[in-house]
Amino acid sequence: MTEISALPLVELIGPSPRTLLHRRLWGHKGLVISVALLTLIGLVALLAPVLTPYDPYAQDLGRRLIPPVWYQKGTWVHWLGTDNLGRDYLSRVLYGARISLLIGASVMAISGLIGTTLGLAAGYFGGRVDAFVMFTTTVRLAMPLILVALAVVATVGGSLWVVVLVLGLLKWDRFAVVMRAATQQVRGLEYVAAAECVGASTHRIILGEILPNVLPHLIVVATIEAASAILLEAALSFLGLGVQPPLPSWGLMIAEGKVYMFFSFWLIAIPGTALAILVLAINMLGDGIRDVTAPGGGRA
Amino acid sequence: MLGFALKRLGLAVLVAVAVSALAFLLLRASGDVATALAGEGARAEDIENIRRIYGLDRPLVAQYFEWIGKMAHGDFGRSLYFKIDVLALVRDKLPTTALLALFSLLFALAISIPLGILAAVHPNSWIDRACLALAVLGQALPNFFFALILILVFAVMLPVLPVSGSESWANFVLPSIALGYYVAPPFMRLARAGMIEVLASDYVRTARAKGLSGPSIVLKHALVNALVPIVALAAVQLGFLLGGSVVIETVFALDGLGYLAYQSISHLDLPVTQAIVTLLSFIYVGLTLGADLVNAWLDPRIRVG
Repeated sequence: MTEISALPLVELIGPSPRTLLHRRLWGHKGLVISVALLTLIGLVALLAPVLTPYDPYAQDLGRRLIPPVWYQKGTWVHWLGTDNLGRDYLSRVLYGARISLLIGASVMAISGLIGTTLGLAAGYFGGRVDAFVMFTTTVRLAMPLILVALAVVATVGGSLWVVVLVLGLLKWDRFAVVMRAATQQVRGLEYVAAAECVGASTHRIILGEILPNVLPHLIVVATIEAASAILLEAALSFLGLGVQPPLPSWGLMIAEGKVYMFFSFWLIAIPGTALAILVLAINMLGDGIRDVTAPGGGRA
Repeated sequence: MLGFALKRLGLAVLVAVAVSALAFLLLRASGDVATALAGEGARAEDIENIRRIYGLDRPLVAQYFEWIGKMAHGDFGRSLYFKIDVLALVRDKLPTTALLALFSLLFALAISIPLGILAAVHPNSWIDRACLALAVLGQALPNFFFALILILVFAVMLPVLPVSGSESWANFVLPSIALGYYVAPPFMRLARAGMIEVLASDYVRTARAKGLSGPSIVLKHALVNALVPIVALAAVQLGFLLGGSVVIETVFALDGLGYLAYQSISHLDLPVTQAIVTLLSFIYVGLTLGADLVNAWLDPRIRVG
C-alpha cells in the first residue's frame, strides 16, 4: 500500500485552477489561432507607417492599376499593386486595418455600455424596469438597421465618427437581450442572496457580484458585435454612405475597385479577403471563449 | 389562447406606434431637410419657402400626427425625387423584394437543413467540419463582396446568368444565393444543435429499440421536432432579409424596395425613405407576432409563461 504522504502534492489535489485554465486556453486550437491572427492584424495596423514606405493617400497617375507581384506584370516595388489613382495598395490595406479595428472597438464599446446597462437593470430589477427594457429592445429590433443607419448618415453626412456613433447607438440590442437572460440566471443564486443579506448596496451587488459572473457571456456578445459592426461599416462605406474617400476603408476600397473588377480582380479581392480574415478571426475568438468558459468546456 | 393572442397583439400595436414615431423623429431630426432639399447655393428665402410648403416649420409632434393620419388613409405623400405618389412607387417595388426574400429564405433553408442534419448525424466527422467551415465562412464573408464574386463567376466568366436587372426569374438567382448564404449560418447551427438534442432524447432511443432504421428515425421522428425552433428563427430572419435586401439589390440593380430605399436615401427623398422604413418595421412586427402565435399554438407551455 502506497503511503499517501509519499505522493507529490500535485497528484493528490490535481492541477491548480490556473494550470487548468492555461491547459484549456492553449488546448483550444481555434482560440490560439484567432488570438495569433488578431495580434498580427493589430500589430500590422499599429506599425503600418513602419511596414510600408508609401503614403496611402499619395496618388501617382503614371502608375495606375499595377497588378500585385504574383501577376506577370507585377513588381516588387508595389507588392499588392496600385489602385486606379496609382496609390500603393499594400499601404491602403494596412491603413485600412486601422479603420476596421477602430470601428469594431468603438462601436462595441458604445453599444456594449448601453446594452449591458439595460440588460443588467432588466435582469436584476425585473418588473417594470424589465418590461420597459424589453419593449425598447423590441422597438429597436423592429427598425431595419441598415436602412436607418444609411438614412441617418445620408442626412448628417458621412464620416468615420458619424458611422461609429450611429452604429453604436443602434447595435445594443443583443447585449441587452443576452445580459438580461444571464443576469436572471445569476440573480437567484446563493451568493447574490448572501450579498443582499449582508446589506451590500444594489450598485455593489450588480457590479461586484453579478457583472463578473456574466462576464463570459458579455465577452462573447462583444466579439459578435465587433465583427458585425466591421461588416456593417464596410457595407455602408461600400454603398457610399459610410466612411468617405480618400480614407482607405476596406468597404470603400471594394466600391472603388468594383468598376475595374473585370480586369483587375485584385482590387476587390484583397480588401474583401482582408475583411473576411479579420471577421473570421474575431468570430473564432468568440466561439473559442464560449467553448472555454462553458462548464466542462475546452473542446478543441 | 385568445387572451395570450390579444395581449401579444396589443404589444405589437404599441411597438408599431413607437417604431413609426421613432423612425419619423430620427429621420426628421438628423438633419435640416429643407436645406438639403434646396440644394447647394440656395437663398435663405428659398429654404424658408420649402420649409413652409412641406410643413417643416411646424412642431414635430404636429408633423408626426399629420403624417401618420395621412398614412392611415393611404396617403404616403409624393416622392421628391421620382415625382410620383409614394404608395404607387412602393406598391410597384414590393413584389420584387418579397420574391427575393422568399427565394433567399428558401435557398438558406435548402442548404442549411440537409447540411445541419448531416452534421448532426455524423458529429465531429469531416462532414461536420466541412459544414462548420461553410457556416463560419458565410458569417465572415461580406455579402456584397460575395455578390461581386458571384457576378464575376456566373455572369462574366461563365456567362449563364444576367449581371443585373429584374426582368425574369434568372435575375433572381444570384441575388437569392448571395442573400440566402448570408442568413444561412444561424439556420445551420440551429438545425445541427436541435437535431443532436433530439437524437439523444428518450423517444428516439425508443424508436431505435423498436428496430427502426436510421433514416426513418431521423426523417420521421427527429426532424419534425428539430424544426420547431427553425420556424421562429425564419420569421426573424425574414425581417432581417428585407433590411439586408438594400445592399444586395443595389449590387445587382434589382429593382425592388431595397434598391428604391438606397436611391431615395441617396437623394434625400424623405417621404419615400420614411415610408419604406416604417413599412419594413411593420412587416417585422407582423412576422414576429405571427411566429409567436404559431409557437404558442404548437407549444402550450409558451401561452402560460
